[in-house]
Amino acid sequence: MRIGKDLVAAAATPMVLGILSDGESYGYAILQRIADLSDGQLEWSDGMLYPLLHRLERLGQVEASWGSSPAGRPRKHYRLSPAGSAALAEHRRQWSVVNDALQRSWTSRNGSFAPAGA
Amino acid sequence: MGLDGRIAEWRGFVQQRDAIAADVDELEAHLRDQIEGLEASGLSPDEAFLIAVGRLGQLDALSREFAREHSERLWKQLVLDGGDEDPRSRQLWRRGHGLWLAVLFAVAGAVLVKLPWLIAGQDSLQALVRNVAPLLLLAPAGYFLRCRRAPVRTTISVLVPFAAALVLLNAYPFAAGGATVVLAAGHAVVVLWLCVGLAYVRGDWRSDRARMDFIRFTGEWFVYLVLLGLGGGVLAAVTASVFHAVGLDATGFITDWLLPCGAAGAVVIAAWLVEAKQAVIENIAPVLTRVFTPLFTLLLLALIVAAAVQIAAGGGLVDADRTVLITFDAVLIVVVGLLLYSLSAREGNAPPGWFDRMQFILVASAIVVDAVVLVAMLSRIGAFGASPNKVASLGLNVILLVNLVGSAWLQARWLWARTPRPVAGFARIERWQTGLVPVYLAWAAIVVVAFPPVFGWV
Repeated sequence: MRIGKDLVAAAATPMVLGILSDGESYGYAILQRIADLSDGQLEWSDGMLYPLLHRLERLGQVEASWGSSPAGRPRKHYRLSPAGSAALAEHRRQWSVVNDALQRSWTSRNGSFAPAGA
Repeated sequence: MGLDGRIAEWRGFVQQRDAIAADVDELEAHLRDQIEGLEASGLSPDEAFLIAVGRLGQLDALSREFAREHSERLWKQLVLDGGDEDPRSRQLWRRGHGLWLAVLFAVAGAVLVKLPWLIAGQDSLQALVRNVAPLLLLAPAGYFLRCRRAPVRTTISVLVPFAAALVLLNAYPFAAGGATVVLAAGHAVVVLWLCVGLAYVRGDWRSDRARMDFIRFTGEWFVYLVLLGLGGGVLAAVTASVFHAVGLDATGFITDWLLPCGAAGAVVIAAWLVEAKQAVIENIAPVLTRVFTPLFTLLLLALIVAAAVQIAAGGGLVDADRTVLITFDAVLIVVVGLLLYSLSAREGNAPPGWFDRMQFILVASAIVVDAVVLVAMLSRIGAFGASPNKVASLGLNVILLVNLVGSAWLQARWLWARTPRPVAGFARIERWQTGLVPVYLAWAAIVVVAFPPVFGWV
């Protein structure tokens, strides 16, 4: 299954914020985590993550700092800011509304609660 | 070639893309992580490198994505602009097509600006004053509508204000030598320049980013215009002296044709230059703000001291005549200009530094100066009654004061934020400035439309 481009784009921000809510991370690890979480079904072009991270940084939802990898290479780390946590909570509320509505619409079509005229 | 060599080569290639160049370190770190991961799963370094580069995405798409987020870098090139066009037509466009279009519109502008002379006769200063703003700015508006391929709606909403300005300014029965005609013509420049901006952003006036792009454009356009003006001045002087040397008087030609037509053409050519030569001027813009922000800060501090001494000596600024107050207004406009210019050239993600503190001092001292001017102006109005000039400069002053107070407040919160969230703070400063653009438009429109009848056309 290939997930549509628009849906991937819509899920991108809450996905990144959610991953960062587990703790500080960096670009490559975030992409790895997305692949793990979606069993490899959410495909991101690697280069698209960074503009998103920079946008979240500009909006103050994540904070960034340069550190170094265990091998001693420079690496830019991102972590969630208080504003980012708030934004994540808001995303979760919105997604759960969408999710619930979709679930209900599907169960009502297949199951016993079919409304008149459906 | 080893892996490091390949990566260095890739870096060199990526760095040519202005939209990405500043983030190349981060991308390189990513590339190395990716290669490491792929090697761990059994690929050879060469294979790993190729796959890692491939996954990063095509450079064109990547630049566009980066440029979308970092529009202050986009400025250097037009990645976004040609994004959804046929690449072949974009190529053609870049190879000089833009120049011919600009020359065409510059010539059209030069002809337009001569129309009042040709229609109303040689010495009709009135006709010139009334028509100069719409006729001068119609050409750049048309140029942007054409080269942005603006949709019909945008074209209409740009051209209608021009038509309205032409009709109003010519139909109003202004008294000869009155102040309202000059005020209306001057403020029409502001209204119509913002219409040029509407064409520039291709109708996307709701976007903060687009507004900031236009502000940035305005600053750099102004620098080019001044440079072209200097060149034009030299040209005029040389023309006058060589014709004088052979016994002919060229001053009539210079004042009647060379200067007005040259100025009208320069308006368009400067706009084209900003678009075409962005990399060149971009190095000048931050330098200019960095040179002049400290100098203007010193000027304002000196001004405050001088005003304090004056008041302490019992003089007060109430007797200061009108020209002094207008000069002060001009100083404040320059301060706001400097502020806008450096905001628009600033890399949004950078933490605050000494320059931002310097700018805070500039804004704070400008507020003090503005308050002094405002008091002086109010007491002038109290003493001598309201005149169109006084009310117009009072309105301008109030808008500038609101702008400066708001900026200072946001800057202070950004510079001395307790929780370290400076980046969002900076975005707020930008939004404050771009949010004020409609206010300028509204005030200028009021001065153009309502002032003449309210003050009885004097």
